[in-house]
Amino acid sequence: MLNHEKNIIELKNITVRFDGETILDDLNLTIRDGEFVTLLGSSGCGKTTTLRIIAGFLEPDEGEVFFDSKNMNGVPAHKREVNTIFQRYALFPHYNVFDNVAYGLKVRHVPKDEIRERVMEMLRLVNLEGFAKRSVAKLSGGQQQRVAIARALVLKPKVLLLDEPLSALDAKLRKDMQVELRNIQQATGITFIFVTHDQEEALSMSDTVVVMNEGKIQQIGSPEDIYNEPQNAFVADFIGESNILDGVMKEDFKASFSGHTFRCVDKGFAPGEAVDIVVRPEDVDIVKPENGMLRGTVTSVTFLGVHYEIIVDIGGFKWMIQTTDYAGVGDTVGLSIDPDAIHVMKKSKYSGLYGDYSTFSDEMEEMNQMSEELAEEYAEELAAQRAEEEEEEKDDASGGSAEEGAGT
Amino acid sequence: MKNRTFLQRIIGAPYIFWAAVFIVVPLIIVVYYSFTDAAGNFTLDNMKNLSDYGQIFRDSILYSLAATAISLILAYPFAYVMSRKREKTQQIMMVLVMLPMWMSLLILTYSWMNILERQGIVNTFLTKIGLSPMTLIGTPGAVIFGMVYNYIPYMILPIYSVMSKIEPSVLEAAEDLGSGSVSKLYRVILPLSMPGVVSGITMVFVPSVSTFYISQKLGDGKILLVGDIIERQIQGNYNYNSGAALSFVLMVLIILSLALMKLFAGEADDSLYV
Repeated sequence: MLNHEKNIIELKNITVRFDGETILDDLNLTIRDGEFVTLLGSSGCGKTTTLRIIAGFLEPDEGEVFFDSKNMNGVPAHKREVNTIFQRYALFPHYNVFDNVAYGLKVRHVPKDEIRERVMEMLRLVNLEGFAKRSVAKLSGGQQQRVAIARALVLKPKVLLLDEPLSALDAKLRKDMQVELRNIQQATGITFIFVTHDQEEALSMSDTVVVMNEGKIQQIGSPEDIYNEPQNAFVADFIGESNILDGVMKEDFKASFSGHTFRCVDKGFAPGEAVDIVVRPEDVDIVKPENGMLRGTVTSVTFLGVHYEIIVDIGGFKWMIQTTDYAGVGDTVGLSIDPDAIHVMKKSKYSGLYGDYSTFSDEMEEMNQMSEELAEEYAEELAAQRAEEEEEEKDDASGGSAEEGAGT
Repeated sequence: MKNRTFLQRIIGAPYIFWAAVFIVVPLIIVVYYSFTDAAGNFTLDNMKNLSDYGQIFRDSILYSLAATAISLILAYPFAYVMSRKREKTQQIMMVLVMLPMWMSLLILTYSWMNILERQGIVNTFLTKIGLSPMTLIGTPGAVIFGMVYNYIPYMILPIYSVMSKIEPSVLEAAEDLGSGSVSKLYRVILPLSMPGVVSGITMVFVPSVSTFYISQKLGDGKILLVGDIIERQIQGNYNYNSGAALSFVLMVLIILSLALMKLFAGEADDSLYV
C-alpha cells in the first residue's frame, strides 16, 4: 500500500519507569514517512507516554529515539520537528483564533505578510475562515479542535502527534472529524501518530495499528491483519468481539476444539500443540441441529437492528453469534464454521484470561467472580457455624441435658 | 415575589446599616473636617497647608513603589515555581507564605527592630566576627524592607492563584510550537498571569503608602511618611482638621491609582479562562 520506505522515527529499547512502576518495557517501534499510525490500548498501556517521548516532553530512562536516523535524546521539545494536538486542545486562552494559529510562526520570526497568508490558508483548510478574530473561549469543542489542528499544521511538521484528539467530541462529530483528519493526512502527506483507546477509530483511520498493553507492543499490523490475524488472546479480545477457545492442533489444517475437529487454514504448529482458537461472532452460521458441527442451546437473544446477537451454550462455553437468522431462547441449534473463519494462535500469557460470553465486560466478570467467592466464603462460614453448633449439641447431649429434635 | 424582596431587604438591612455607620459616616466626617477650621467654619487653609508636606508625600509614594517593585520581583518567580510543584509541596509552601500573616504586624515589626538595632542581633554578630557595626535602623532601606517583609504575601497569593490555573498542557503547547523558556515566559506565562500581578501590586502598594507603624519603628523616627504625619496631627497636635485633609488627599491618591490599575487589568483579564 505505502511506497514510503524511509523510516522517519525509530524508538529503540525504550524503557520508562515512574515511582518504581514500569510504564514502557523495552519498546521498539519504527514509523515510516507518510504513514498514519495509531497507538491503540486502554488507559495505562503506555500509549500516551510513547507519544510524549517522541514529542520531547519526557526523556526515557533507557533507550534511544531517532528522527531521520538522528539521535534525539536530550533534544528539548521546542527544537524537534514534530507538533502535537493535545487531548484537550490546550489553546492559548489570551489569544484569538488567528494569533493561536500564528503562534509558532511568530516564534520563528516569519515575516508578517507570510504569517498572514499561511494562517489564512490553514484556517481555510480547517473551515474556520471567518473565525480569525474570534476569541477561542467562545468556540465549540469541534471548532477548538480545528484551531488546534491548524496551529500545528501551519508549521508544516514532518510528524504530527495526536493525543486522543477526538475523545471530547460527541459521536457524530467524531465520525466527521475522523474522515477529515484522514483527508488532511492524505492531502499533506505528513506522518500522523494517533493515540486512542477506541478500536473502531483505530481500524477506520490508520495505515498501521500498534496494539499496546502493559507497556509492551502486542501487535503491529494493518487494520485487516490486526482484526483477522490477532497474535494473541489479548489482541483478539481487545479488537472487536471474539469467541476465544482452548484447542489443539491435530496436524496442519486440522484444529480440534469444543469436542469437534475442524478443517482450518492454519499450519506450522507441532502436531498436538495446545493453541488458542479465535472465531469471530459474525463468522458463525446457525443451522439445523442435525447439520451443525456443534450443537448447543440458545440462552439469550438481543436484537441489534442489523443483526441478532445470540448467545449459545455449548458444553458450558457461551458462544456469541451475530446473525440475521432468528432463534428463540431455549432452542437447540447447530453451528457451522467455515475453515477460513477459524484463526489459530500460539498460547501466550493472555491465554485463558479472556473467556466466553457469560459476561461482556471484564468488570462484570470480576464482580461475578467476587460474589461467587463471597458466596463460597459465606457458605463455608455457615458450614463452620453449623459444625460448631452440632459440636455443642453433641457436648450437651453427652452432658445429658440435650433438647433432642430442635434440629439443625 | 413580594415576599422575597421583603426577605431580601430584611437580610440586607444589617449590612447596609453597618456600611452606613462605619464607612459612609466616617468618610463624611473626614471630608467635613478637611474643609473646616477648629471652630467649624468653612476653610481651604487645610488644603493650602498641605504643600508643606509635598516632600513627605513624594517619599511615601517612592518608598511604596520601591517596596511594591521589590515584592513583585521576589514574588513572581516564587509564585511560578510554587504553582508547578506537586499538590503536597504547594500546600506546605502556602502555609509558609501565610505563617507571618497569622501574627500581628506590630509584633513582627518590633522583632525586626530588635534584629536591626544598633545593639541588635545583626550588629552583635558583626562585632563578634570582627566587623564594624552598620547603621541599619533608621534608613530608607530598613523601612522598605519592613514593607516588603510585611506585605509580600499579598503579592504572592494573587499571582500564585492565577498561575495555578494555567494548564500544564498550555505550557507544553508553547514548547511544542517552538518556544524556549524566555519566549514561553513573555508570550504565555506573563500575559496569562497579568490579572494576578495587577491585584498583587494594588494589594502591596495601598497598605505601604498609608503605613505609619513600619516607618516609625524601622525608620527610628527619622523617616516620616504620610501615615506618620496624619498620626502626629491627630494624636500629637489634636489638629483633626489638618489630619483629615491629609487623609482625604491620600485617599484620593489611592483611589486614582486603583482606577489606573483597573484600566490595565481591564485589558488583561477579559475572558481569560474558559
